[in-house]
Amino acid sequence: MTSETADSAEAVGTITPTADAGFLQRHGGTIEYVLIPGAALAGALVVFGIFVMMSGKNPLDLYFYMYQGAFGTWFSWQNTLTRAAPLILTALCTALPAQLGMVIIGGEGALLIGALSATSAALLLQGMPPLVVQIAMVIAGVIGGGLWIMLAGALRQYRGVNETISSLLLVYIALAILNHLVEGMMRDPASLNKPSTREIGAANMIGSIPGTDVHWGLVFGLIAAVAAYILIYHTVFGFAARVAGGNIRAAKIVGLGVSKLILTICFLAGGAAGLAGMVEVAAVQGRTNANLAAGYGFTGILVAFLARQNPLAIIPVAILLGGISASGGLLQRRLGLPDASVLVLQGIIFVFVLASDALYGRISFLKGKS
Amino acid sequence: MADGSIGLWTVPLAVLGGAIRVSTPFLFVSLGECITERSGRINLGLEGTLVMGAMSAYGISYLTGSPWLGVLAAGITGALLGALHAGICSLPRVNDVAVGIALMLFGTGLAFYLGKPLIEPTAPRLPAIDFGWWSDIPQVRAALRINVLFLIGVVLAPILYWAFRITRWGLLIRTAGESSDAARAMGHSVLLIRLRATMVGGFLAGIGGSFLSLFYPGSWNEGLSSGQGITAVALVIFARWDPLLCLWASLAFGGAAALGPALQSVGVTSGYHLFNAAPYILTLAIMIITCSPKRTLTGAPAELSITR
Repeated sequence: MTSETADSAEAVGTITPTADAGFLQRHGGTIEYVLIPGAALAGALVVFGIFVMMSGKNPLDLYFYMYQGAFGTWFSWQNTLTRAAPLILTALCTALPAQLGMVIIGGEGALLIGALSATSAALLLQGMPPLVVQIAMVIAGVIGGGLWIMLAGALRQYRGVNETISSLLLVYIALAILNHLVEGMMRDPASLNKPSTREIGAANMIGSIPGTDVHWGLVFGLIAAVAAYILIYHTVFGFAARVAGGNIRAAKIVGLGVSKLILTICFLAGGAAGLAGMVEVAAVQGRTNANLAAGYGFTGILVAFLARQNPLAIIPVAILLGGISASGGLLQRRLGLPDASVLVLQGIIFVFVLASDALYGRISFLKGKS
Repeated sequence: MADGSIGLWTVPLAVLGGAIRVSTPFLFVSLGECITERSGRINLGLEGTLVMGAMSAYGISYLTGSPWLGVLAAGITGALLGALHAGICSLPRVNDVAVGIALMLFGTGLAFYLGKPLIEPTAPRLPAIDFGWWSDIPQVRAALRINVLFLIGVVLAPILYWAFRITRWGLLIRTAGESSDAARAMGHSVLLIRLRATMVGGFLAGIGGSFLSLFYPGSWNEGLSSGQGITAVALVIFARWDPLLCLWASLAFGGAAALGPALQSVGVTSGYHLFNAAPYILTLAIMIITCSPKRTLTGAPAELSITR
C-alpha cells in the first residue's frame, strides 16, 4: 500500500514534467506571444516610473492614478473604451498591410480624410432619415480613407515608392486638405475661434450603447477586428496575402495577383482608419475640424506592433492603450504631469516592445525538454 | 523702389530667402541621414531627433545664455538618440524601420514633456550675418540675413562627398552599407560602424533642430516641426545618397516650404494650407517620378532595408 502510493507518487513525479514539456511545446509559442509583450510592457512602466521619479513625483502614485484613470471606476472604463474604439480601427490600418510585409504608418491621414468624407456625405444628405445618413457616412468614410491608403499601396506597387514614407507624407497632405477645406469651402461661418464645418445634426449622431456612455464606434471596431481576423486567417484571400507577405517571388510563381492583393488590403486598411474618422465625427465631435488630428492614427501604429499585427490581439491592446491615454487627464490633475507624459510612456512602450523582438525563441524554459 | 513696395517681386525674393532660411534643417537632417543610410541602416526617427534637438537647444540656450552651447547640446542629444536607435537595432531580428517609428513618437513625446516650461520664456537666438548690406531694399536685406549654421551645412556637403569617396572612414561606412559580409571579412564590426554612423547622423539632425528653435522660426512650441524630419529622410532617397545632391534638394525644398508664407505676405491667402503642404507634395511627386518598381535605385546602399 505504502509502496504503491510511493510508486504512484514517483510516477506522477516523473510523468508531470514530460506532460508539462508537451504542454509547453504545444503552447510555448502562444505563451511567448503573451509573456514577452507583457514583460516589455512591465519594463516600460518601470522605466517610465523612474523617469517620473526624476521629475520629483512618487512612482507609486503614478501607477495608482494610471490604474484609477484607466480601469479604476466604471466612469474611467467607459472613457477607456471610448478611446479604444478609434484605436482598434487605426491599428488595423497598420496590421492589415503588415500581412503583406508592408509598413504603413499613415493611419492618421486616412482618419482625417475619412472624417472629411463622412462629414461631406452627412452635409449633402441633410433632411434624409438618420439611418440613411449614417449608412452614407460609413460608406463615405470607408471609401475616403480606403482610397487614401490605396494610393500609398499603388505607389508602392506601380512606382516602387516606399510605402512607409509616402503614407506618412500623406498624413501631412491630408491635414493640409482638411485645414484648407474647414477654413474655406466647408467653413461654418458661425465657427469663429475654431474653424469647423457645419454640424452634421444631433439626429444623425450614432449615439451610445444603451446603459453606457460608450458610443457605437466600439462595436464598429470590434466587428472590423473580428472580420479582419477571419479574412486573414480563415479565407483563401487572407492565405494568399500571407503567402505574398512571406515570399513575394513564390507568390508570383504560383500565380497570385499580387497587385490586386496589395490594392485590396491597402483599401481595407485605409477603410478601417477612415471608419475611425467617421466614428469620431458621428459619435464625438459632430463636425470636422483640426481637433480630429488627435494622434489616434499614430497610437494605432503602436497598438498594431504591440499586438504583433494580429487583428484579434489588437482588441485588448487597444483597450490597454486607450486606458493609458484615458489616464492622462488624471495624471495631469493629480500629479501635475504634462499632457505629453502619455506620449512619453507610449514611446517607451514602443521601444521596449521592439527590443523584445530579440527574445522570441530564446526563452529556454518555454522550449520544453526536447 | 526704396520705399519697399517692389510688388510681386516680393514673392521670388521671399522664396529665395526662404530657400536659404528654411532649407537649413532639411540640409542637416538629410546629410545626417545620408551618413546613416550609407552604412546600411535607415533611421526614420530623425523627426523625433529634430524636435528633441530643437527643445534641448532652446532649453540650454535659455539656461546658459549661450545659443552655441544650445547647438552643441542639440547635437549631443541627437547623438544619444542615434545611439539608442543603433543599440536597439543591433539586437537580433529587430527591424530598423519600426525602431525609427518608435523613436519618432518617443522623441516628440519626450520633447513636449520636457519642453513644457520652455514655451513661455525667450532664449538668446543665434546671430545672423548680414549679406544684404549693399542693398536698400528691405526685402533683399531680409532674404540675405544668413545664419552661420547654413554656411556650415553648405561647406559640410562637399566635405562629406569627398569623405565618402576618399577617406578611410568613408570607405568603411560604404563597405558596411554595400555588404556587411565584406566589412566583417575585413575584420571590422558592422554594428560598431553603424552605431557611429547613426550617432553622427543623429548629431547633425539635432543641430538641424537647434536651427528651428534658435533661428527660424526661432521659438519653441509643440508645432515647431511638422514633418521636416521625415521629408528630409525622403529627400535622401531623391538625392541618391549623394551629399552634394542633398544640398541642392534641401534648397529646393526650402524654397517650396517658403512659398506659402511668401504668397501670404503679398495678400494671397486662399490656399495657404495647401501651399504649406508644398514640400510634402513635392517630395511625393519627386519620389513618384524617380522611383521605379523594376530596379533598385542607382546609388542605393545594398544593405538598406527600405530600398528592397
